[in-house]
Amino acid sequence: MNRYPLWKYILILVTVLLGLLYTAPNYFGDSPALQVTTGKQTVRINSDTKNQVADSLKRDGVPAEDVSLEGSGDSTSVRARFTSNDAQFKAKLVLERDLNRDPADPDYIVTVNLVKNTPLWMQKLRALPMNLGLDLRGGVHFLLQVDTKAVGETRIKGIQAAARAQLREQNVRHTGIDRVGNSVVINFRDAATRDQARNVLARQNQDLQFADAADGTDLKLIVTVKPEALQRVVEDGVKQNISTLGKRINELGVSEPVIQQQGKDRIVVELPGVQDVAHAKDIIGRTATLEFRMVDDSVLPGTETTAAIPLNSELFTGPGGPAVVSKDAFLTGDYISSATASFDRNQQPSVSLDLNGDGGRKMREATRPRVGKRMAVLLNEKGKYTVLSNATIQEELGSTFQITGLGTPEKAAELALLLRAGAMTAPTDFVEERVVGPQLGAENIARGLHSTVWGFVAIAVFMIVYYQLFGFFSVVALACNLLFLLAILSRLQATLTLPGIAAIALALGMAIDANVLINERIREELRNGNTPQAAIAAGFERAWATILDSNVTTLIVGLALLVFGSGPVRGFAIVHCLGILTSMFSAVFVSRGVVNLWYGRKKKLGKIAIGTVWTPGIAGAGAGGKNVAVKK
Amino acid sequence: MEFFKIKRDIPFMRHALIFNVISALTFVAAVFFLVTKNLNYSVEFTGGTVMELRYSKAADLEKIRHSLEKLGYEQPTVTPFGTARDVMLRLPVRKGSNGVVGSNTVFNTLCAAESGVTKQVQETTAKGENITRTSCASAAGAELVSLQRVGSVGAQVGDELATNGLNALIMVVIGVMVYLAVRFEWKFAVAAIVANLHDVVIILGFFAFFQWEFSLTVLAAVLAVLGYSVNESVVIFDRIRETFRKERKLSVTQVIDHAITSTISRTIITHGCTQMMVLSMLFFGGETLHYFAVALTIGICFGIYSSVFVAAAIAMWLGVKREDLIKPIKERDETGGAVV
Repeated sequence: MNRYPLWKYILILVTVLLGLLYTAPNYFGDSPALQVTTGKQTVRINSDTKNQVADSLKRDGVPAEDVSLEGSGDSTSVRARFTSNDAQFKAKLVLERDLNRDPADPDYIVTVNLVKNTPLWMQKLRALPMNLGLDLRGGVHFLLQVDTKAVGETRIKGIQAAARAQLREQNVRHTGIDRVGNSVVINFRDAATRDQARNVLARQNQDLQFADAADGTDLKLIVTVKPEALQRVVEDGVKQNISTLGKRINELGVSEPVIQQQGKDRIVVELPGVQDVAHAKDIIGRTATLEFRMVDDSVLPGTETTAAIPLNSELFTGPGGPAVVSKDAFLTGDYISSATASFDRNQQPSVSLDLNGDGGRKMREATRPRVGKRMAVLLNEKGKYTVLSNATIQEELGSTFQITGLGTPEKAAELALLLRAGAMTAPTDFVEERVVGPQLGAENIARGLHSTVWGFVAIAVFMIVYYQLFGFFSVVALACNLLFLLAILSRLQATLTLPGIAAIALALGMAIDANVLINERIREELRNGNTPQAAIAAGFERAWATILDSNVTTLIVGLALLVFGSGPVRGFAIVHCLGILTSMFSAVFVSRGVVNLWYGRKKKLGKIAIGTVWTPGIAGAGAGGKNVAVKK
Repeated sequence: MEFFKIKRDIPFMRHALIFNVISALTFVAAVFFLVTKNLNYSVEFTGGTVMELRYSKAADLEKIRHSLEKLGYEQPTVTPFGTARDVMLRLPVRKGSNGVVGSNTVFNTLCAAESGVTKQVQETTAKGENITRTSCASAAGAELVSLQRVGSVGAQVGDELATNGLNALIMVVIGVMVYLAVRFEWKFAVAAIVANLHDVVIILGFFAFFQWEFSLTVLAAVLAVLGYSVNESVVIFDRIRETFRKERKLSVTQVIDHAITSTISRTIITHGCTQMMVLSMLFFGGETLHYFAVALTIGICFGIYSSVFVAAAIAMWLGVKREDLIKPIKERDETGGAVV
């Protein structure tokens, strides 16, 4: 009765092997590496950069073990791995020299870094080491809150400006447009005009909702943004901010930064290895600004670098240039409410821009007299200008217009991104910050590890002394539980924190409960006079219902913490829940498997080693007492 | 080895009244301390800043406090932390600012008080990771103060964490009660939840009385304890149900006594094992896990007590009868029932 079919043993074997495979990456050491990230918004990292890095290293006699392209989008970087710190140091100098033409204004940032030595075949199976939380490796943590109210206000301002322009274009006569709180109120003399206005506005913008009101003889149309549309604006703002932050953080040269959305309107930024809050805050909070300027038409195109520059103009060279432009910007990036890559009437790649507030009026005033002439878009980062676009003004421009003549769709997408990334779309505040020193991080790892190891040893010793061979089986099951838990955490790429380690330790401490229940139950069955084989079977079967019951209540707690917890508590909750699930599997299925393997084959089993089974004098005088003598 | 050689059922319920009085008294005392002394909430809940600094020599706490007051912080807490060289600062949120407090201003001021200069240092750790940090160095170049840790939370975030914590507690209570009411009977659900909330209140009472810091991690421990001691009650209730079914002649009190007696061995051993793990955390886990482990220790000790003496006793006062449990059991017979 205590035999498993073959497939059950195979299942156990397979899960243990998988457990070992996915836990393994955590044991590999680190090797020195260099990380190359972009130093400017206009410089992108791609496979060309990778080849450039590899070539440059080969040329100078410090070949890397491996050069790879990692991450995607804004956080792409090239990683080169080396065998020694010495090679890493030399390579850093080489790369800094070769990649950057101007050392004072680096295109690429080269940072010293560590890479796990996980073998390639393991990486292919997605067996990767766990991420360590900031409390374990040191670094800075910020929580940024997007000011949703301000986002809504900006949006309504934009709508006000757009409504004014659209009504004028369509010759709808109104007697005033005002912004009242989060709505735009338009006054009319008669109902027919109001209906007409409503139609015009609704056609132009699907996100608006309308309500009628009257104030004396004045008829009013109240325009508000649909709540779901406003929500979308906030979401877009958060996403855009995340991409902007990603670009800026690249400049800090941080390895594996975390920039994530949390909840509806918050952004978590974690920068491992960074200790300098002030500097990090400075970079994160900085704005790269966009400027729209007129190109000086007194200088003939093609002669910019040689001609004399007029007094109120300046020359910009570099990518996008050369261009001689006016020193005065007639419009800045603050007025851009959206920028998307699209195609113009001739199916040429272009960027569509929406301006908000007074942007449309300013643009109109500036471009009306200058149709046919050129206008430049400049990006100002750290006081340095880059010409993003230098295009001919085809017609008078308003609050929505297109920049064309960009060549490829990729370039259009890139420009759209830059235009958007110029400023943080949604204003943000720092609402939480944490800094953990690297020394403290290392201490925390040691603390977490020591408490788990010594706790495990204490439990193992006690279980073996008290329950003998069955205690040993329980310890095997507990070790499997630990293995499964670590494997799942590694596979999920969960971030391990100190509370997470505490949860692992606690999960082990609680998981042993299942084995205690089983062992006690087997002893009790023996005490009642059952044969050892029957006692084992009954012990496992009857304990199962109790184990299930008690784990369900613990799981309820884990889920509650997962739903309502944040930060460290969430990490704790995830491990807690997973620990319960793995413990049910290992304590019942695996330990039964081990017991069956050991005792199942023996048909006439006289005694089992489960420690002393004490029987009260009278009741134990029967079969029970003799059958269960201790096996020494 | 066998610790528990019990010949006949221990008459726990005969003393139920005494135990309940003891429970009631501890409970009242815990509530009293909670009300009068209140919990010592960490900055995670109240908002504010915590900074851990390491000085090169024993730190002059009075001087640090004075510098902070000059910066405009009312009642800053400056306490030694571990050794005389390690100092922990607790700064309240300054009125009118929702954002986080400027930890770098504080660091610069304290550095100046030690007549050092702050500067940025680029260094590579022994492991090869690149680190930029602000260091406070004397004219001779020796490091005077180093920043170990900063935690800063805006007031709004703190409020939300407190609300979420309360929500989690409510959800746990409701979830557990519903589960027990379905699995057993409402009397058991009430008994278990009263007994285990009494544990939670007592843990909180300890934290209030000793003014230990109540952080998010401690909250997690408290909720984990709640789940853990409900387990305990479940095991005993399971046994009560089984005994009702098997022993038809016993009175309700005798049934409860029998159930507790036959599970006591498992109760003590399981809790002992969990406690070994928790003690290991208490000894090796350092400051961060200290109060987490303390909360668990209190929770485990009172968890045994409350499941054995309080939960069963309350179920008895509520008047559990054989009929309450017999009906659902008939259907469950085939599935093996629930046993220990």
